[in-house]
Amino acid sequence: MTLEEISGRLQTGIPGCQVEMVINGSPSAQNSLLIDRHHGLAAARLLRDDLQLDFCSNVTAVDWPDREKTEKIKTKQIVDGVEKEVEETRKTTIPGYLEVVYHLFSMAKKEGPVVLRMRTGNRTDDASLPSVTPVWRSAEFQEREAFDLFGIVFEGHPDLRRILMWEGFTDHPMRKDYVPPPDDDFELSREQ
Amino acid sequence: MTQSAPTEAGQDELMEISMGPQHPSTHGVFRMDVRLDGERVLRLKPVFGYLHRNHEKIAEGASYLAAIPYTDRLDYLCSMTNNWGYALAVEKLAGLTVPERAEYIRVIVAELTRLQNHAGMAGFLLQDMGASGTPLMYAFREREKVLDLFESLSGARMMCNYMRFGGVRVDCSAEWLSQTAKLVGTFGGFLDEFEKLLTGNEILMARTQGVGVLPRELAINAGITGPGLRASGVNYDLRKVDRYGVYDRFAFRVPLGEHGDVFDRYMMRVLEMRESLKILEQALRDIPGGPIMDPKARLRGLRPKAGEAYARVESPKGELGFYLISDGSTNPYRYRVRPPSLINLTVLEDMCLGHNIADVVVILGSIDIVMGEVDR
Repeated sequence: MTLEEISGRLQTGIPGCQVEMVINGSPSAQNSLLIDRHHGLAAARLLRDDLQLDFCSNVTAVDWPDREKTEKIKTKQIVDGVEKEVEETRKTTIPGYLEVVYHLFSMAKKEGPVVLRMRTGNRTDDASLPSVTPVWRSAEFQEREAFDLFGIVFEGHPDLRRILMWEGFTDHPMRKDYVPPPDDDFELSREQ
Repeated sequence: MTQSAPTEAGQDELMEISMGPQHPSTHGVFRMDVRLDGERVLRLKPVFGYLHRNHEKIAEGASYLAAIPYTDRLDYLCSMTNNWGYALAVEKLAGLTVPERAEYIRVIVAELTRLQNHAGMAGFLLQDMGASGTPLMYAFREREKVLDLFESLSGARMMCNYMRFGGVRVDCSAEWLSQTAKLVGTFGGFLDEFEKLLTGNEILMARTQGVGVLPRELAINAGITGPGLRASGVNYDLRKVDRYGVYDRFAFRVPLGEHGDVFDRYMMRVLEMRESLKILEQALRDIPGGPIMDPKARLRGLRPKAGEAYARVESPKGELGFYLISDGSTNPYRYRVRPPSLINLTVLEDMCLGHNIADVVVILGSIDIVMGEVDR
C-alpha cells in the first residue's frame, strides 16, 4: 500500500483529519505522513485495525527549535534625490516545535515501514500529543522516554513518568538548547 | 528495603521488595519494584536509568564515523550486529553500496555473534535457575572460541568496532576463514552435548514449562521482537522479512515456538544456533574475493544529503533499529537507537503476575537483556 493510498484512507475514514506528505530528500526515500495531532489517536486505531499495521516498531522524538530565516530583499529608495536600489536583510522567526516519529510495520502482511509524524503546537506550553499506547503497547516505554528526554506530554498515557533520568530532575537533555550543569554541580542538582 | 501494608482481609501482609539494582539475577544495574502476597507476585514495575549516559546525545555531537565505537557499547555482547545496524542506516542515508565480500564477512561475524550470545544466554538462564556454574562454564568455553576469532579479526574481543558504512574495516585472511570453519564444524557437537545435559532435564522442564507465558497477540502489540516473539509462534525474522545484506542467498529455517513460555524461549536459542551454523557453513563456502569497501564511501567528513533513514537488523536480542536525520552537516541531526532489550521488557509484568518470586528471575533471564542497551 502506498503512502498516497494510506493518506486517502485516513482522510475518508476520519472526518476532518489533515494529512500531509513529507518528502524525504535522502537516497533512502522513506517519505512520511504528517498527521494533525487532534486526530492522532483515531488515525492510529484506523491504521492498526483496517490497514493491519499491527507492529509499531519505533517511536521517537525530534526537537526543532525556533529558526531564524534571513532574506535579502531589494527595494528602490530615493537617496539624495536619486533613485537607488538598496538591499535590505529581513529576519523572520519560524517558531519551533517538537515532533514525534512513528515507524509502523505489518507483521501480518510483512510490509513496512510506514512513517508517521505528529507535531506539537510549540516547545513550551503546548507540547502535548495524544498517546498511542492504548493502540500499541510497544509505545509505552518509548513515549515515556520522549516525555523524559524531550518534554513531550502524551495525553492518555497510562503511566507517564520519567524513565531514564531520576525523579526530581527538571530539564530535558535531548533538546537542542539543553545546557548540562558543570560536572561538580551534578550532585547538587540531584539533591534539589 | 521492605515495606508492608495490610491486605483487604486485614490478616496477611503484602510485602514490597526492591529487587535490584544490585541483584545477581538482573545482569547489570536493573531494578524491579515487586509487590508480593507471600511468594506470589501482585505487581511488578521495572525501574531503569542506572546505566544511562545519553548515548544518543553523544552521537549527535560526533561525526558519523565517530559514532561506531559507541554502538559497540550498546549491547556489549553483540558489538558486531550493533555496528551492522548503524552502518546499514548510514548506507541508506548516504546511498552507499557494500561490496560482495564485505557482505559475506558481515553475515559470518553476525552469525558468530548470534552463536556466542545465545550460548551465553542459555548458560545464564540455567545459572539463574540455580544450576550453579556448570552449564554457564560449558557455554562460556564455546563463547571464548568465538571471541578469540573476533580478536584475531578486529583486535578486540568485545568492543570490535569492525564495520564501516560501505564495508568492513579490515579484510579477513584465508587462515581466519579456515579457523572459523573449524569452529563451525565442532560447534554442533557442543550443542548436542549441551542439549543432552539440559533440554530433557526434569528440573529444567519443571521450572520453565508453563512459566511466563506470553500470548501471541500481546507479543505483537507490545512490539516484542527476536526469539521472544518467535517463541510465541509469530513467524517474523528480519533476515527473512527484510532480506538485508545477502541473507536471501542462504537456506535456513526460522524456528517457532507453540506455547510462548520460558522453555520455548530457551529452545528458540538452541534451535537458532543450529540454523546459524547452517548459514555459516554456506557463507564460508561461498565467500567471494574482491574489495571490502565501497570506494565512494568517505569515512571522514561524510556529509549525507539532508533527509532521514530508518534501518533495522535482526540482532540476537530482537529488532535493532537506527533512525538518523541528516541536516547536511558532518554530524547527525538526530540519532536514535531502537533498543530491543528495552522494548522486550514492556511485557515483563504481564508475564510475571501470579507467579512466584523465584520465577521472576527465570522469566527475566529468558527475555535476555543487556543493560547497556536498555539504558543507553
